[in-house]
Amino acid sequence: MSIPLSLTVNGKTVTADVDARTLLVDFLRNDLALTGTHVGCDTAQCGACTVLVDGRAIKSCNVLAAQVSGARITTIEGLAAADGTLHPMQAAFKECHGLQCGFCTPGMVLSALDLVAHHPHADERTIREALEGNFCRCTGYQNIVKAVQMGAATMSK
Amino acid sequence: MYSFDIKKADSVAAAAALITQTGGRPLAGGQSLVAAMKLRLAQPGTLVDLAGIAELKGIRRDGNALVIGAMTRHAEVAASAEVRAAIPALAALAEGIGDRQVRNMGTLGGSLANNDPAACYPAGALGLGATIHTSQRTIAADDFFKGLYETALGDGELVTRVSFPIPAKAAYVKFVQPASRFALVGVFVAQTSGGVRVAVTGAGSSVFRAKAIEDALTKSFTAEAAKAVKMAASGLNSDLHGSAEYRAHLIPVLAARAVATIA
Amino acid sequence: MGANDSGPIGQAVRRREDQRFLTGAGQYTNDVVMAREACAYFLRSPHAHARIRSIDSKDAKAAPGVVAIYTGEDLVGVNGLPCGWLITGTDGKPMNEPPHPVLAKGKVRHVGDPVVMIVAETLNQAKDAAELVVVDYEVLPSVVNVVDALKPGAPQLHDEAPGNRCYTWALGDQAAVDAAFAKAHHVAKVDIVNNRLVPNAIEPRAALASYSRADESYTLYVTSQNPHVERLLMTAFVLGLPETKVRVIAPDVGGGFGSKIYLYAEETAMMWASKHVNRPLRWVAERSESFISDAHGRDHVTHAEMAVDKDGKFLALRVTTTANVGAYLSTFASCIPTILYATLLAGQYATPAIHCEVTAVFTNTVPVDAYRGAGRPEATYVVERVANQVGVDLGIAQDEVRRRNFIRTFPYVTPVALTYDTGNYDATLDEAMRLADVAGFAVRKAEAAKRGKLRGLGYSSYIEACGLAPSNIAGALGARAGLYEAGQVRVNPTGGVTVFTGSHSHGQGHETTFAQVVAGRLGIDIASVEIVHGDTGRIPFGMGTYGSRSLAVGGTAIVKALDKIVAKGKKIAAHLLEAAEADIEFADGKFTVAGTDRSKAFGEVALAAYVPHNYPLDKLEPGLDETAFYDPTNFTYPAGTHICEVEIDPETGVTEVVAFAACDDFGNIINPMIVEGQVHGGLAQGIGQALLEQCVYDRSSGQLVSGSFMDYAMPRADDLPSFKVGTKVTPCTHNPLGAKGCGEAGAIGSPPALINAVLDALASVGVKDIQMPASPHRVWQAIQAAKAGTAAAA
Repeated sequence: MSIPLSLTVNGKTVTADVDARTLLVDFLRNDLALTGTHVGCDTAQCGACTVLVDGRAIKSCNVLAAQVSGARITTIEGLAAADGTLHPMQAAFKECHGLQCGFCTPGMVLSALDLVAHHPHADERTIREALEGNFCRCTGYQNIVKAVQMGAATMSK
Repeated sequence: MYSFDIKKADSVAAAAALITQTGGRPLAGGQSLVAAMKLRLAQPGTLVDLAGIAELKGIRRDGNALVIGAMTRHAEVAASAEVRAAIPALAALAEGIGDRQVRNMGTLGGSLANNDPAACYPAGALGLGATIHTSQRTIAADDFFKGLYETALGDGELVTRVSFPIPAKAAYVKFVQPASRFALVGVFVAQTSGGVRVAVTGAGSSVFRAKAIEDALTKSFTAEAAKAVKMAASGLNSDLHGSAEYRAHLIPVLAARAVATIA
Repeated sequence: MGANDSGPIGQAVRRREDQRFLTGAGQYTNDVVMAREACAYFLRSPHAHARIRSIDSKDAKAAPGVVAIYTGEDLVGVNGLPCGWLITGTDGKPMNEPPHPVLAKGKVRHVGDPVVMIVAETLNQAKDAAELVVVDYEVLPSVVNVVDALKPGAPQLHDEAPGNRCYTWALGDQAAVDAAFAKAHHVAKVDIVNNRLVPNAIEPRAALASYSRADESYTLYVTSQNPHVERLLMTAFVLGLPETKVRVIAPDVGGGFGSKIYLYAEETAMMWASKHVNRPLRWVAERSESFISDAHGRDHVTHAEMAVDKDGKFLALRVTTTANVGAYLSTFASCIPTILYATLLAGQYATPAIHCEVTAVFTNTVPVDAYRGAGRPEATYVVERVANQVGVDLGIAQDEVRRRNFIRTFPYVTPVALTYDTGNYDATLDEAMRLADVAGFAVRKAEAAKRGKLRGLGYSSYIEACGLAPSNIAGALGARAGLYEAGQVRVNPTGGVTVFTGSHSHGQGHETTFAQVVAGRLGIDIASVEIVHGDTGRIPFGMGTYGSRSLAVGGTAIVKALDKIVAKGKKIAAHLLEAAEADIEFADGKFTVAGTDRSKAFGEVALAAYVPHNYPLDKLEPGLDETAFYDPTNFTYPAGTHICEVEIDPETGVTEVVAFAACDDFGNIINPMIVEGQVHGGLAQGIGQALLEQCVYDRSSGQLVSGSFMDYAMPRADDLPSFKVGTKVTPCTHNPLGAKGCGEAGAIGSPPALINAVLDALASVGVKDIQMPASPHRVWQAIQAAKAGTAAAA
């Protein structure tokens, strides 16, 4: 069943007709070629597919594209400036070595942005608990936590 | 996923009619349903998306109760100043469901209608003695949860809002299953106008009230009283994360911890 | 380290690969798109063990969008998947090596065994068609654990492996061990299970296979840690194709941890089928599929005994291990519980006699192979649990029992076939104790006790053999391949340097570390160095990344190629400077005539090599492009001490890791930031094994119970503390970088530290033993059992 879709992705208006069963992540990856959003599991746990919908972090592998029609979507591709300058949170991940293989990273960065929006001065414990929905198998999380703290500090300046 | 059609409803009446017409299923936040569909474990022919129905949203105080719309997301309940002031235990419960991303999509109505045996909201609703309003009637929480993934809801009947009586005191303690982070056991304790209520999730095939602990706490609302209760293991869940005996042991322990935070 | 080292070597240079990963521009296998793609989907066995009576795919073939359907019988000319290491048993016979068909033939042997490949226009169509395939199974009794599998009358998986035995193999001097036990003051004993793990790289395995009719060649994009090995095994052993016609590309890979070393059935079948359907084929594992098709790790059952004298000096170690290899032999399955395990049983200790016997067993489970550490975590767990037991039994402090037995003279030849070149185990133990604030532990324990909590401290002094491996030694031990590495350094005409390495980076940061080595050695700007990896079409050869070998072996190959570049550069510079070659020195990016200020910059020499107008063409070829293969002369031996502090809630059984300190000796360090990150990640996996992760099969049905993240507990951010890590350095003596490797140490050292800490905490309530993972349920049960035991005894 084909359904019409209209949404804003990284500031651009997008319209398309998609099969009703199209997941948001598949729409982003296959229709819009925004392959920075990754799929790491099929039970909505790993969080690699995290994007922002109207500013809220959600798991795009567990949401139908139809569910977010009309919404404003931000993916990892929508964060850096046009000249390639990294968003403060991206820059903090690089500075703190908060990524290794890079596969969980886009979801991790977007989750961090949702977290910082709600807790701009979160302590380590809060950050660790707030990252519950994002798995990383490489870093042991320590440098991710550091990066979130640094990113939050830069953003609040 | 199997092929399906999706329709959007803009009112409860329209949604109920669409579901009846198509034999379809309501789609709330979809955090359980979409996951099940992806694994081909659910095969609805039609989904009726409730997200656009304004009357299903919102949190308001109504006398001595909090009324929360069925499509109110967990994150909204967790962050609500109204909920935090009136029933902080409910806000804390919502804050502990799933993870940040799930809380941003999942809804109260969806959780209650799904009645996952390890979900948190059923414990809150049963523990507080909530009233579930549907598109057809009102149902007391005591009559709503019928068994494993089973509720009193009929075909085409939608949860519209839930009325939570404001208790004198309440607390929820969740002991997480380490993989899923659902409740291995969760215990909601409340001192309500109707007496002490203790609801347990995760331990059985569906949320249930722990009468023995309620009785003990009625006599003495102390952690020691709760902890002294011995729960029988028979009928409780057993899996690789915990035997029935372990769950039976945890119920009074968690009840006592809940009481300790409010007594 | 030579005089040419300078600049970025040893610095925490920020990673060059991060820009693409942080902006979503990484190019993983599933991000590559080709024209006219079709989807591959694998219908897998729902049974642990069954005979296939028939497969009817008539209706499925007629389903919408279906391109082709293949069963095992259809794959004509496709051999089974090979095992890369031949183990010879104590009986002198080669291991039992049953066939491992790409798609099941006649029988299925584990849940997830691939049976039918469906090719369709879309994934949904392929799945729809799969539901129409009728496989008639005669379900057979199954066996999932090694103890059951060795019992008389157990279900038999393979005709070629009577009694489900793959081999019984042994290492060490049994007579010497027996003699030492006979005169021992005390024997400490442990019975341990090394729990089965699922690697769970966050990027699931994926492949995109295509065929070109124009030149009859194949291209495979695949999530691999070692594309050249993948190509070699696939062409030479399975498909019978010339290597020249196959290009394997492993682009950005989202973590491996061992699970992406192997040649798997899926990509092999897809390569074959891409020619038959003349279309590119894509497959991406869903996570639930990964759980039943990625090689698992560990799964040992071991009894170990340490004979000691009255002072706690180790006299002899006796170990008996039964290892689960799963339903078939995966690529390196046979060498993990033998060559990479028993050889490490000396640990850091001068135990004079060691004997180990290993029986490898087939079961109706997913094949087991290397997972981060691969054999060495299992060995460390044995040594450090039994060392801990010695301390407990004799009442000797845990640091002291280790110190009394440390090796302090190098080189040291162990009783289990290795020669440690260097190390300083006291230094890493001392530093770990300082980081862990062992001195303050008693106060913390007392404070916790006031809150009703039990605190414990656990030690683990591990060693590993990395830098795999001297090919001649590996060959003598049964390896069916060499274990060298290749590196090519291409200096471009304007001085930019492209490095082609056979190592593969899937998180390790080689694009930064290797560039630091090159820039430091050549004295040039790191920005002018480009590292290329993961493509058999561009890189001369490679054995890939595993066993913490990339810097020690792959990095050394690059250094050897750099040496050739410098040697040739000196010849060119001598000509340009009209000096004798022997008088030319190279430092800081300049070729200088010794004792003068006459010099040529590296870039000038490079330009002269490519624009040879003033050049000794009679003696020297133009160009500046050198390749080296490096075969190490020994393993490297990273070692260190990990100390874990736990706090246990005896009422619920919850164990919290409240602190974790690690001091490691990785030899010389190129990038301390990356090294620390590797340690963190390894610790998380080791702590995951000891605290959370367990792969569980149902004993009667053979079903995988922990088959998704809903039941397999992955470590999350809030399960872990902030680690305190430090390093001490004894440079490796036999490679020019002095590097030992750092990728696996965290996963190797940490599990026994955690379990020893749990046992220390629970000692006061009478618990003497616990198996991994120390889940709340298991800890609670252990406490209950101890209480009941105490009650029964009283």
